[in-house]
Amino acid sequence: MTRSARRPRRTLQVAGVAALLALSACSASDDQSPASASASDSSGSSPSKLSGTVTVFAAASLKESFTTLGTEFEKAHPGTKVTFNFGGSDTLAASITGGAPADVFAAASAKTMAIVTDKKDNATTPVTFVRNQLAIATLPGNPDKIALLKDLTKSGLKVVLCDKTVPCGAAAQKALDASGLKLTPVSYEQDVKSALTKVELKEADAAVVYKTDVRAAGDRVEGVDFPESADAVNDYPIALLKDAPNAEAAKAFIALVRSAEGQQVLSEAGFLKP
Amino acid sequence: MPFALLLPALLGLAFLLLPLVALLVRAPWHSLPEQLTSPEVWQALRLSLVCATAATALSLVIGVPLAWLLARTDFPGRGLVRALVTLPLVLPPVVGGVALLLALGRNGVVGQWLDSWFGITLPFTTTGVILAETFVAMPFLVISVEGTLRAADPRYEEAATTLGASRFTAFRRVTLPLIAPGIAAGAVLAWARALGEFGATITFAGNFPGRTQTMPLAVYLALQSDPEAAIALSLVLLAVSIAVLAGLRDRWMTAS
Repeated sequence: MTRSARRPRRTLQVAGVAALLALSACSASDDQSPASASASDSSGSSPSKLSGTVTVFAAASLKESFTTLGTEFEKAHPGTKVTFNFGGSDTLAASITGGAPADVFAAASAKTMAIVTDKKDNATTPVTFVRNQLAIATLPGNPDKIALLKDLTKSGLKVVLCDKTVPCGAAAQKALDASGLKLTPVSYEQDVKSALTKVELKEADAAVVYKTDVRAAGDRVEGVDFPESADAVNDYPIALLKDAPNAEAAKAFIALVRSAEGQQVLSEAGFLKP
Repeated sequence: MPFALLLPALLGLAFLLLPLVALLVRAPWHSLPEQLTSPEVWQALRLSLVCATAATALSLVIGVPLAWLLARTDFPGRGLVRALVTLPLVLPPVVGGVALLLALGRNGVVGQWLDSWFGITLPFTTTGVILAETFVAMPFLVISVEGTLRAADPRYEEAATTLGASRFTAFRRVTLPLIAPGIAAGAVLAWARALGEFGATITFAGNFPGRTQTMPLAVYLALQSDPEAAIALSLVLLAVSIAVLAGLRDRWMTAS
């Protein structure tokens, strides 16, 4: 409070840098602005006329197929917009129970969906719409000759797994346990796409990811199917959320995902039928 | 005291403190002892402290000379160089991590030579964590030291050189003691930034307990499975930061 004439400049500079420090502090999550406030006729004059934004929180592995379905939905219902928040299912579940404004949640495992249903944040009972099987992603040409899950335990091989809190990591652990294998990866990645990226950038030799991710990566990785993956097939549940800002359009989106047309897109991406 | 300043000032203070207060209010105090005695927490905390300290040391060794270069010498394009030095401040840390992978990764621009010549690979190692933290934290030190250097009177150094000291001796014996408080302040900021580093670390060094899983990574992953554990971990990080900053503040950062 007292005005000191000989306050050193240094203090000010430190304060300035401290402000920068605060500004640049990392934000890990991607902010999908939920512009769903514009959903005007949720109570609707006619049920066929949908409008506004549908906000879908979906597992990272659904990125390609859901993006396609979102475009189809917008085409079929002019005036609507589908925005996605793709990420690790557990992160998404945590932000939904934390009050993030979302209409639909599509998770990569029943366990992560249970985080939401336990808090009674769902409006409809979750239904399984696809299943997904694990595969090993290796470098193009498979230079390390990986054919079985056991080959990943070779010393000197850099393998990344998803963290055990993420569905793909839980599934990988299940498959490893079922075959009595002990694998020490170089990293437990926070979601399936980060695990895949490490192989795409050739920083890791192999990653245990989903079949669908291998397919989506094209020729940047080579996929190896392994028999043990049958022990760890993930169910993908989808549900309408309780505080959905645009429930009508959200229901229509879920219907599209479960329709023959939607299932076609999903199976082309490598998903298994429910 | 003008009310027009006081009101926003108090609002600003409240805005900064409220989230911290909320963390304390919602902390799982009853289960805190068992959360904090788990070996994973200490492992992550120790790794965080070691890496942040090493990153600060590395920043001092290469950052102080860089600050001197920017403050005391004149060369074409100096303004541009200074802007580039501060780039990591505005770059999203995750982008910084990807850039580090492209540069120093096993297949990176420089990293492929490190691998084929020396067999050194940096991603997924503790060294990788230190490098990621240095990349993000060093600009704070450079800016702080450069500012102090500019404010310091160059005539002392000039006097030393006219009396026969080499420029390096003058820097070591005259300039360094003169700007020591600025260096300390910069080092504290860099250390604090390194301690909280998340994005570049998880992208460049991955996440493996005991090797590359620092506290912020542990907090992020715990948040997904066990929010109470995450809050407990955050409290530890908060307590350590406050203790260190408060301790150093008394010594270095108060007005002399």
